[in-house]
Amino acid sequence: MRAERQVYLDHSASTPVDPRVLETMMPYFSEVYGNPTSAHRYGRDAERAIEGARESVAALLNCQPAEIIFTGGGSESDNLAIRGAAWWARTYNAPTRLITSPVEHSAVSATMRQMSALMGFDSVVAPVDRYGLVDASAFRHACARGGAIASIIYANNELGSVNDLPALADIARAGDILFHTDAVQAGGQLTLDVKLLGVDMLSLSAHKFYGPKGVGILYLRNGVELAPSLTGGGHEHGRRAGTQNTPFIIGLARALELAYQENAERLAHFRRMRDRLIDAVLGRIPDAQLSGHPSRRLPSHASFILPGIDANALLMHLDMNGVAASSGSACMTGNPEPSEILLAAGYTAEEAKSGLRLSVGAHTTEADIDYAVDVIVNAVAKLSLLSREPLS
Amino acid sequence: MSRADTRVVVAMSGGVDSSVAAALLVEAGYDVVGMMMRLWSDPAMGGADNNRCCTPGQMSDARRIADKLGIPFYVLDTKDIFRHTVVQYFIDQHRDGYTPNPCLECNRRIRFDWLLRNALALDADFLATGHYARITADESGKWLLRRGIDAGKDQSYVLSVMSQDQLALTLFPVGEYPKSEVREIAADLGLAVASKQDSQDLCFLGKGDYRSFLRLHAPDVIKPGPIVNSDGDVLGEHRGLANYTIGQRKGLGISSNEPLYVLAMNDIKNALVVGTRDQLGRDSLIAENVNWISGGPPADSFRAAVKIRYRARPQPAAIKISADNTMRLRFDEPQRDITPGQAAVVYQDDVCLGGGLIAKFESKGNPCAPKPSNSARPVASLA
Repeated sequence: MRAERQVYLDHSASTPVDPRVLETMMPYFSEVYGNPTSAHRYGRDAERAIEGARESVAALLNCQPAEIIFTGGGSESDNLAIRGAAWWARTYNAPTRLITSPVEHSAVSATMRQMSALMGFDSVVAPVDRYGLVDASAFRHACARGGAIASIIYANNELGSVNDLPALADIARAGDILFHTDAVQAGGQLTLDVKLLGVDMLSLSAHKFYGPKGVGILYLRNGVELAPSLTGGGHEHGRRAGTQNTPFIIGLARALELAYQENAERLAHFRRMRDRLIDAVLGRIPDAQLSGHPSRRLPSHASFILPGIDANALLMHLDMNGVAASSGSACMTGNPEPSEILLAAGYTAEEAKSGLRLSVGAHTTEADIDYAVDVIVNAVAKLSLLSREPLS
Repeated sequence: MSRADTRVVVAMSGGVDSSVAAALLVEAGYDVVGMMMRLWSDPAMGGADNNRCCTPGQMSDARRIADKLGIPFYVLDTKDIFRHTVVQYFIDQHRDGYTPNPCLECNRRIRFDWLLRNALALDADFLATGHYARITADESGKWLLRRGIDAGKDQSYVLSVMSQDQLALTLFPVGEYPKSEVREIAADLGLAVASKQDSQDLCFLGKGDYRSFLRLHAPDVIKPGPIVNSDGDVLGEHRGLANYTIGQRKGLGISSNEPLYVLAMNDIKNALVVGTRDQLGRDSLIAENVNWISGGPPADSFRAAVKIRYRARPQPAAIKISADNTMRLRFDEPQRDITPGQAAVVYQDDVCLGGGLIAKFESKGNPCAPKPSNSARPVASLA
């Protein structure tokens, strides 16, 4: 039996490719197919397209085209930034300490953990508040003994909270520490002006803003040195070897362009949908709490703690009724661990298994929100009955 | 209600039987949802991914099969409740000197209770499993649990804990087929599992065996004690009662002129009672906590066929009902391996009437000793 409506509320996980983006990409699969490093016309055509994309991205980030490195996605950008800065520092006997927060995307946190566990880098984690935001004085303390790189997430994927990057970047700069941010969730919504943000490095992923999967960028401030992770040919100014993925890079640039051309309308729409959702969930589920910051949050992002509800089971009920959502703890293998991000924000292990994330998109309608809320309210009622019922 | 409007949650394991069950239900036109329970297994015994009912491999098999059948598939986190009910029961029973069958407890507490309630909460009308058994209604509308068509695969023994309410909400699609045909159906459907071995042994033991599991979780259960004969003479020392089963001959570590068998375990004295082959037969047992599938026994005393282990043949016996869900069974022929803690499951023809846990056995013509008043634990009589 098919659910009466299909509602996708997981845009923080991924978005569909905008048809206008797809259209821009199409010629670069089979018409402009040359290797951008080749000396002939085919190569030059591809190279011209890629450099055009680089200029367009650079304009949006308020930086020089040479400061943009195209990568295979957000995780690769995070890895390149952290590993690259850390290895460079070690090679040239600079301070090598790694500084981060406990609420990073795993592309950052798992990289940091591996660098500490296997490669002997010292790392320090600056605590966060109830909303998952890094506290400036705690961060200053974490930076006090110097370091190679500090990596702090821009907008949290689970909690939606938006860090005060300019303030944190100032602190890192004062300690002569490179400042990197994973801006994957912020991409397409918040400002990416790297001068305004004060960052040395910034990661983005195209599929969060209606571009294709498998392509991202790392902004690398001119003058900052990195040891490349992917070595080979001299692509991307020697920072990332491998023949560039021309159609995906074109797609990324077009998607980013559209996101900021239409930024005002998109954000207004996101906020209207998100606030309708938050008001209805908090109004109709008495125990539900909003997680993450109430105002300093991503326009598209709503997240809740539903005490006593197994988020894994809740997502099953939602999916059966056509609503796609996510949770920091749920997983396909039925082995949910409490969300590390919620634990770091001070929630209990049980609360950290009952998080629900709903993220709206450009095509979300009021009717979608109303239907999804009905489904959520109904599923929560059934599941709380189930958990209260005594065993035979 | 049409079949398309009838939602069936099928418990999938990634194995042949539950995969074919799901396929048969899809073919019959039901609104089918696949579900798998993520059960607990001991992280210390080969890792938390090693429950034999839900290894990562089985999970991805089940997911692929569900995808092939075009049905949704979900894995439910069942670890905590499984650990606190089934695994705890296993430990407690061993502590009390029983040899438990946790699969019955799992069916009673987890599969046909916890999972069934989760299925109903998902608006399912039925829960289906891949068990070899059948459910039919008698003339009065009562649900009968019947043996699977394939006598060699029949699994009604572990389903003897079910109630009328549970049977009314349960489907066993493969119970109508012989195993060979189930494998053929699986092969015809192109299910990659068609040649898989049947699963064996307790799922939560991971890579270990039950003895190492008990050593880890209930070291007090594994206390060495005397091996005695039926006269009480000490013949040697045993390594903890849980290491032995009734009827066991090998591995006793004592020398004797004629082969010695485990006759009984006395958990009060922590003694392993051994004797010769001719001392092994017992013709009576008392079973407690009896579940009658119809709601009550067919008569105060009646004759039936009784299985005393999952893999035992049904044996003719006379049954007498006493109060408090207790029954006394007298077999026509002495049985060699009546084991307290296993279920005695009662059949008339192919209908499973129910069953109870074997509390104690009695030797030929020798009424068993009353229970000691200081303990609810039954004592296997010392012959």
